[in-house]
Amino acid sequence: MPTKLIVDCSTGVTTELELTAEEVAQREADAAAFAEIKAAEEAAAQAKADAKASAEAKLAALGLTADEIAALN
Amino acid sequence: MANTYEAIATVTVGSGGAATIEFTSIPATYTDLLLLTSLRGDRSGVTQAVSLIVNGSTTTYTHKYIRGDGSSVISFTGGSGWMNPGQATAASSTSNTFSNGKIYIPNYASSNNKSFSFEDVSENNGTEAYATLGVGVWSNASAITSIELGQRDYGSLKFVQYSTATLYGIKNS
Repeated sequence: MPTKLIVDCSTGVTTELELTAEEVAQREADAAAFAEIKAAEEAAAQAKADAKASAEAKLAALGLTADEIAALN
Repeated sequence: MANTYEAIATVTVGSGGAATIEFTSIPATYTDLLLLTSLRGDRSGVTQAVSLIVNGSTTTYTHKYIRGDGSSVISFTGGSGWMNPGQATAASSTSNTFSNGKIYIPNYASSNNKSFSFEDVSENNGTEAYATLGVGVWSNASAITSIELGQRDYGSLKFVQYSTATLYGIKNS
């Protein structure tokens, strides 16, 4: 079982304790929730980048130069 | 270092490693807190994100940081459940190297929201290493009485032996 180091600042005493099963489960749940949020954020960022690339391609197809497209950003 | 800095407590991780390092019963007698870290983790990668939680709270954190990794710089918005004040050096980085981190918490015992600033570098004799610079807020009026350093992003990793953290109290007079 993983451990935690606890330093009591009022006494200076350090104690090493095993994480409880509940603490381990909570941390795994927290990590899973974090991974979901992170994946959603990355997907949103990728969708935004894809939309930008698509828009730039359409502008280029209309005859705008790369400098003109860049000036719109 | 100014003579108003006082080392409150230091902890060094032992041979078995530790999932978290927690400072508890932090006295309210200082103006600010400074946490200095030297960390290495067991993740199979160049670094692993460090998490920071105060008073056991996993809500109402807001933080932004920029991070350079040796080839690019990216701006991040952190999650609300904890702060990520930097990256610990991890198993794929040069052996026996540790990250250096600094977390500053002004007015930690006030009844206002608590602001943080942090900077951190990982260590690696290679092209990939991380430098982090950021700020954050814990939106809570309670005085900070405990701080936990861990790896909440992953669930089951740990800091390895000889990782250290020292908590300083700073008085303004």
